Amino acid sequence: MTTEAIAPPPSTKSQVLRSFDVADFPAVNGLEEEWRFTPLKRLGDLVSATKLTGVAPAVEHGELPAGVTVSHVAASDVDGAGPVLVPFDRISALAYGSADGVTLVEVAPETELAEAVVIRVVGKGGDAAAARTVVKVGAFAKVTVILEQTGTASLADNIEVVTADSAQLTFVTLAEWDAGAVQAQHIKLQVGKDSRVQHVQVALGGDLVRQFTSVEYTGRGGDAELWGLYFADAGQHFEHRQLVDHSVPDCRSYVGYRGALQGASAKSVWVGDVLIRATATGTDTYEINRNLILTDGAIAHSVPNLEIETGEVAGAGHASATGRFDDEQLFYLMARGIPEGEARKLVVRGFFAELVNKIPVEELRERLGDAIEARLAEYAS
Amino acid sequence: MSTLEIRDLQVSVKLPEGDLKPILAGVDLTVKAGETHAIMGPNGSGKSTLAYSIAGHPKYEITGGSVTLDGQDVLAMTVDERARAGLFLAMQYPVEVPGVSVANFLRTAKTAIDGEAPKLRTWAGELRGAMEKLQMDPAFAQRNVNEGFSGGEKKRHEIMQLELLKPKVAILDETDSGLDIDALRIVSEGVNRVRETGETGLLLITHYTRILRYIKPDFVHVFVAGKIVQEGGPELAEQLEAEGYERYVAARA
Ligand SMILES: Nc1ncnc2c1ncn2[C@@H]1O[C@H](COP(=O)(O)OP(=O)(O)OP(=O)(O)O)[C@@H](O)[C@H]1O
Ligand SMILES: [Mg+2]
Repeated sequence: MTTEAIAPPPSTKSQVLRSFDVADFPAVNGLEEEWRFTPLKRLGDLVSATKLTGVAPAVEHGELPAGVTVSHVAASDVDGAGPVLVPFDRISALAYGSADGVTLVEVAPETELAEAVVIRVVGKGGDAAAARTVVKVGAFAKVTVILEQTGTASLADNIEVVTADSAQLTFVTLAEWDAGAVQAQHIKLQVGKDSRVQHVQVALGGDLVRQFTSVEYTGRGGDAELWGLYFADAGQHFEHRQLVDHSVPDCRSYVGYRGALQGASAKSVWVGDVLIRATATGTDTYEINRNLILTDGAIAHSVPNLEIETGEVAGAGHASATGRFDDEQLFYLMARGIPEGEARKLVVRGFFAELVNKIPVEELRERLGDAIEARLAEYAS
Repeated sequence: MSTLEIRDLQVSVKLPEGDLKPILAGVDLTVKAGETHAIMGPNGSGKSTLAYSIAGHPKYEITGGSVTLDGQDVLAMTVDERARAGLFLAMQYPVEVPGVSVANFLRTAKTAIDGEAPKLRTWAGELRGAMEKLQMDPAFAQRNVNEGFSGGEKKRHEIMQLELLKPKVAILDETDSGLDIDALRIVSEGVNRVRETGETGLLLITHYTRILRYIKPDFVHVFVAGKIVQEGGPELAEQLEAEGYERYVAARA
């Protein structure tokens, strides 16, 4: 049902080869620690090609509020001395090298928005493609950015998020691909001094979705919360990896991922690495992954890794739990007259409630709640 | 007037290895609406087993006998059907349901029991009133079901449900345990309100006579080793208070 495996310490992983050239990375054979859970065959060109030539998904958005711009620019316009996300594996290098320009989302300093900025990324099928997105949030801005990914695609995409001092960003990414879609994504969050980033990562659709999120801090007082919600159906593979690199004192991180799985060979992988370097005194961090196995045949792998190189932390912990439906909860609800199907819905909605409530848009919260219930209905007896 | 009839009920607990361990050795009991019965017995005598098997908990297997509510076969019903038929179990150890608010839970339960959603306008008031009567802070409505509730808060929450759901027959399993004297009084007042409607049959399961000073039973049944060994009126409770269960337990040995 679940695997908790010994993995190399996060420090080893943070020192891996970095290069802009795919060819510098050895071919992936599936035995590597970071690839051993991934069904490589299904990644196809994303893992084997040295250049991706397909058409990237279309980027769409409605009218943008004052202070927010979305543009398509040349890489040289955003990278300056170098990209925020320096490729550290084959696919991130492939995305970097193959992407045709960069989608740049800019939020001007001190912009405060009540409404979320919604950007839709729509895959139109075709050959494997690459894309880069850069989100820059100016100092003291306070915004919610939602990135919805839908349609059909075979996509390697890098997303680089930079928040300036005291910026507050809620960043919601939704993988709601059509069946058959394959995605290998790398997200890098660079958190400024006293800045607060809440990332909510939702994976519901697609055949294989592998998302690697890394976090670094550029000043004291940075705060990153990484929330993840996934629901894997028969045959779906959802993989989430994080590397939170604490090298700056007095920063905070919280990683909370929750998933439900149902159906034959539904599979999820969560590998959470947190590294607290010797310089990062006063760090406060916690990571937790919980999985709910709804039927036989589903597999959840869950591997937390916490490495601490300083004695002076404010807090550090991790937890992982994978289990089946709690029959006592079901009994309690049914003993109050609630039919089994409805009781199951309540319990599963409840399981995800904490995460869904992180999304500051009611309409989206409801849509996700309904999507989760619809999934459950597929297996209702 | 509703009647719950338990006839020669024999129940085993399912052990993890799949074996059955007999607990109830033929229980006979009739509870009518408006009546209050107390079942008293030592630890491990099978009181909770009786309560849970009537409610339909999957951990127990019925090996003989019958349970009917107004002639309907309760044992043939699923857990939720039993509740909708009019049975209620206030649990000894209420279960935590993370992420489900009390307000949402109660509205869903009320809708299921009544067969229609409660009127929006009156429901909020009804809920607030029920909470007030049991001296529960209104903030509980937004908390998750039983999560982080103290022992006493959990029991008050159970009795609040009893008042809101208005069952035909309610079984209260050790509702008095873990309550301090104030909470015991508040909970007992709730039970007495239900009793005074005359529309609910009450089956109080308890180890101690403490709660019976607040809720006067019409009938007392002494429960030892999976069956009722003596029956009487309220005076039997007083006798148990003075003498304890030794007499009955010793008689078996
Ligand atoms: N899973 C189990 N395995 C073995 N024995 C069990 C199991 N569950 C219950 N029993 C036994 O069944 C018997 C009856 O238990 P029950 O909980 O019904 O007693 P009770 O009268 O409610 O006790 P108490 O006053 O402590 O609440 C006890 O001896 C108990 O140990
Ligand atoms: Mg008991």
